Amino acid sequence: MPGPGTRGRMPMQGKKIENPGKVFKRLMGYVAKNYAPHLVLVAILILVSVLANVQGTMFIQKLIDDYITPMLTQETPDFHPLAMAIARVAVFYGIGVAASYAWNKMMVYVTQGTLQNVRNDLFSHMETLPIKYFDTHAHGDIMSVYTNDTDTLRQMISQSMPQVFNSAITIVSVLISMIILSVPLTVVTLVMVAVMLVITSKVAGLSGRYFLQQQQDLGKVNGYIEEMMNGQKVVKVFCHEEESVAQFTQLNDNLYHSADRANYLVNIVGPVNMQLGNVSYVVCAIVGGALALSGISGLTLGALASFLTFNKSFNQPINQVSQQFNSIVMALAGAERIFRMMDEEPETDEGYVSLVNVREENGVLTETKERTGRWAWRHEHQADHSVDYVELKGAVVFDGVDFGYNDEKIVLHDVKLFAEPGQKIAFVGSTGAGKTTITNLINRFYDIQDGKIRYDGINVNKIKKADLRRSLGIVLQDTHLFTGTVMENIRYGKLDATDEEVIAAARLANADVFIRHLSDGYDTMLTGDGANLSQGQRQLLAIARAAIADPPVLILDEATSSIDTRTERIVQDGMDKLMKGRTTFVIAHRLSTVKNSDCIMVLEQGRIIERGTHDQLLEAKGKYYQLYTGNAIAN
Amino acid sequence: MIKTLAAQIKEFKKASVITPVFMILEVIFETLIPFLMASIIDDGVEAGNMRHIYVIGAFMIVAALCGLLCGVMGGRFGARASTGFARNLRQAMFENIQTFSFSNLDKFSTAGLVTRLTTDVTNVQNAYQMLLRMAFRAPVSMICAMTMAFMINARLASVYLIAVCLLAVVLVFIIRGAMKYFQQAFPKYDALNASVQENVSAIRVVKAYVREDYETDKLKKASQAIYDIFTKAESQVVLNMPVMQLTVYICIMLISWLGAKQIVNSTLTTGELMSLLTYCMNILSSLMMLSMIFVMLTMSEASAERICEVLNEKSDLTNPESPIYEVPNGEIVFEHVDFSYHKDGCKPILQDINLRIQPGETVGIIGGTGSSKTSLVNLISRLYDVTEGTVKVGGHDVRDYDMDSLRNQVAVVLQKNVLFSGTILENLRWGDGDATEEECRRACRLACADEFVEKMPQGYHTFIEQGGANVSGGQKQRLCIARALLKKPRVLILDDSTSAVDTATDAKIRKAFAEEIPDTTKLIIAQRISSVQHADHIIVLENGQINGYGTHEELVENNEIYREVFESQTGGSGDFDEKAGEA
Repeated sequence: MPGPGTRGRMPMQGKKIENPGKVFKRLMGYVAKNYAPHLVLVAILILVSVLANVQGTMFIQKLIDDYITPMLTQETPDFHPLAMAIARVAVFYGIGVAASYAWNKMMVYVTQGTLQNVRNDLFSHMETLPIKYFDTHAHGDIMSVYTNDTDTLRQMISQSMPQVFNSAITIVSVLISMIILSVPLTVVTLVMVAVMLVITSKVAGLSGRYFLQQQQDLGKVNGYIEEMMNGQKVVKVFCHEEESVAQFTQLNDNLYHSADRANYLVNIVGPVNMQLGNVSYVVCAIVGGALALSGISGLTLGALASFLTFNKSFNQPINQVSQQFNSIVMALAGAERIFRMMDEEPETDEGYVSLVNVREENGVLTETKERTGRWAWRHEHQADHSVDYVELKGAVVFDGVDFGYNDEKIVLHDVKLFAEPGQKIAFVGSTGAGKTTITNLINRFYDIQDGKIRYDGINVNKIKKADLRRSLGIVLQDTHLFTGTVMENIRYGKLDATDEEVIAAARLANADVFIRHLSDGYDTMLTGDGANLSQGQRQLLAIARAAIADPPVLILDEATSSIDTRTERIVQDGMDKLMKGRTTFVIAHRLSTVKNSDCIMVLEQGRIIERGTHDQLLEAKGKYYQLYTGNAIAN
Repeated sequence: MIKTLAAQIKEFKKASVITPVFMILEVIFETLIPFLMASIIDDGVEAGNMRHIYVIGAFMIVAALCGLLCGVMGGRFGARASTGFARNLRQAMFENIQTFSFSNLDKFSTAGLVTRLTTDVTNVQNAYQMLLRMAFRAPVSMICAMTMAFMINARLASVYLIAVCLLAVVLVFIIRGAMKYFQQAFPKYDALNASVQENVSAIRVVKAYVREDYETDKLKKASQAIYDIFTKAESQVVLNMPVMQLTVYICIMLISWLGAKQIVNSTLTTGELMSLLTYCMNILSSLMMLSMIFVMLTMSEASAERICEVLNEKSDLTNPESPIYEVPNGEIVFEHVDFSYHKDGCKPILQDINLRIQPGETVGIIGGTGSSKTSLVNLISRLYDVTEGTVKVGGHDVRDYDMDSLRNQVAVVLQKNVLFSGTILENLRWGDGDATEEECRRACRLACADEFVEKMPQGYHTFIEQGGANVSGGQKQRLCIARALLKKPRVLILDDSTSAVDTATDAKIRKAFAEEIPDTTKLIIAQRISSVQHADHIIVLENGQINGYGTHEELVENNEIYREVFESQTGGSGDFDEKAGEA
């Protein structure tokens, strides 16, 4: 496809998130849109399970002071109170386990449901985007939004989010418990936590930098691999193996160094936090021991034991949150790309003229729901809401059309043409002259900068895009087929077609014979864009697909010489049958097509430089004549 | 498989051994701490011995610092070993791929090779790091904690032993159940991606047929299928957490109850009870960790296998022992050549080919799709080896030449050709690294590429995007021809290399060849008769056999296939842009 192509595409990796806070808020909003009650319930359940856990820790404190120590002084130890306490704690634990199972399970549905929504929303939005979007974005980048970026969200929603919430509650509740048990020891713990946080943020900042560097180096290595693997046969033919290894070695080494550093720093965050936690534990033991012995603060042995457990439970969530840091950053970057795609402007459609079935009664067209095979444009005038019906005939007029893929560079200049219903218009000219571009304007794949295109006398801008496109059949030069059976692929042109209609269309397109020779006939599965078919067979299917839609106007892009002469003849014959009786715009490569055309447009550098029938143009001895006899001149 | 992979650890063996050692040491220090803790409470606090608290406290700090050192070193070497291993894997694969022959390359798809070099390596890297750091740590941590627990009180510790066994059994069941669903999920995931991919590349068809809603419905079905299967799989996985919690809680309660009884009977101290409770978490979370490692390793197994496929692939073409480096002239001889892509006896796609092409001749090759034109010329530069018979260039069997020398002197312009990201000059110099700019210009002139290159704002220094995205098909083909010309080859093979070039330019290129490089043997594969009709001889291939050989006039006279093709192209149904042989 000529056009802006992949030039100037934005590299997606290694870019900083512009506004992490905003992206985060939007992401939360997106999740909450469908799962707000779930999230509230999950929050409550997490709270319950954390409290049950804290309750258990409190029990351990009481275990020694309230149950075991008193028993030591009794003559016949009474185990009854302890049994009761354990039973009570068992109930809390039971609730805790149930709550924890419930919120984990709910999060599965929230996560998977949100991912499903993301995929569905992304896709249905993508389907509304203009062709221009697909021209200016690398297909690999679009795919990676569905795969990599969506995956990072799963990690974040299912793990990081509950983890952070869980940790926050744990931290708060443990902190309160600690304060109740002993203020001085709490201060000691907090000081240690502050040290921990300072060190962690230093390491995390550093690792973040190397992490970005690693992503960049990884992008370079992957890009190089992709390019070289695509050109591997050329590398062989040019004996370029050593050079390509040398360059790869350099990129690979760079990646190794940055990955080594990034991983190293990520790896040490855990042990640093954990051992600082242990140091904090020891310091509390010493200070607590001293306090308990001196009896100054009334700290009991049991309280000290409990406090130390709290100390551990306090450090753990902080450690966990810091481990989630990287995955949150990555998820936000992914979310940003997802939202950017969702924010892309969809194709605008301000059309109000629609296509309806009509019946003619006494020379007057009346609208009907039946499939009469006769169609008309239903034109509701905006001024007085009166309704006109114009029969669909297939007259197309270009009036002074200018077009460019962007405003700065106009590629079509002042194009004028008219096609009467049933006429065949051929476009000829060298590659890049603008033939395909003109056909893309009729169905409004692109919008024109200046001028007017009329269809049966109606400005195409006034026609609903869906109805406009439904009335036009297109056979593109690069055939695209979909995963599914042959039958389904042909039926794509008319979803409610019966099997008989499909077979009739295949016959018309000369596709029936080869389809019957396939292993499962019409039920043969096609995969990978019809990879198991030859180029010619794929084209025949595309023609059959257009035939079943039975449109009044056809746009055909003839194949060039990539298929052999015999197959080409069969394809051509199919096309000729399809063209009969329809207004046809054909990008022509074959002499017979050109000769039989009602009008030939010769294009050069975006302008129509000559027009007329074959004989008229030959007589004029202009560019057409040159092209026609070009071989002779060159020799 | 493990042997193949392990061979790539190379200089990172030391780091790979040190990492688990440090990780194990870290665990040992970590296990020591609760033990010392008990000592502080029992012998220090309860005995009112402050000195004891200081001494043991100091030990504990030292243990924590040692633990920190080990943890950091473990992280340091773990990162080095795993990223280094990944580097070596990538390097080894890439280097091995460079030795691949065309038939090796045909076996793997391009996308398949790219995935192996990228995603698969990353998976193995993560699994390896996990293996070094966690797979040793977790069991050792469990054993240490268990040993300590048994040292404190064997009767109470046996509660843990039972718990571990029970939990292990339950975890295996859960993971098995989840893996079953995950395995079903991956194909569904692929299907969804394929559907998106299809829509991205065929968006024009979708829009032309106004099938946006239809496609969206299709995708919604696919994403619903993923939702269904993943919620099933994940619902299994989330059982892990509560089961683990339940076990921990039951252990705590049991230990509290039994511990209390023992304390009352004076067979256990309160400090020891506290330590036992601490070990509870250690033991069970290690088990949990082990189950996770197990899942990770199983999942990366497929990646490891795919990497090994590439590493173990041996090139099926080898250089002879005392190779010939110089191709004396451009004579090409085929003697009774049979060729088949698969060694195992299916019908050869080239059968009994006999040919003799003189140096400097221009030979055209015509034939329908699948008539093995490309296969025929690929034998000349030994991109594939013949199955039977011999191919000789310059009087020697191609298998006697040094492969690089042969390919430098027999230049092929491939049908599916690519340019690489870099300037035009850099691309041209693939043909000859030392070529001066003047030589490059000349090659472009011969290939009719000079005009458009010079029109570009930066001329020969214009940057070509990956895959040649910023030049048209015809321009790309001409640059590829120029690149091949710079080799100054004895034989030049054009495999349908001017299909996107207009007829007039095509003729100009052929004219330049005839005048400027008369001594080079030229083989031209084409679909258009006009591209070959002025050649000295034309070969008509049909079903892997030579159907006709002769000049244009001879073939029109007495070869049915050739005549049919010729008439179809010049009669009423020919190509418009290339009217007419007789004109």
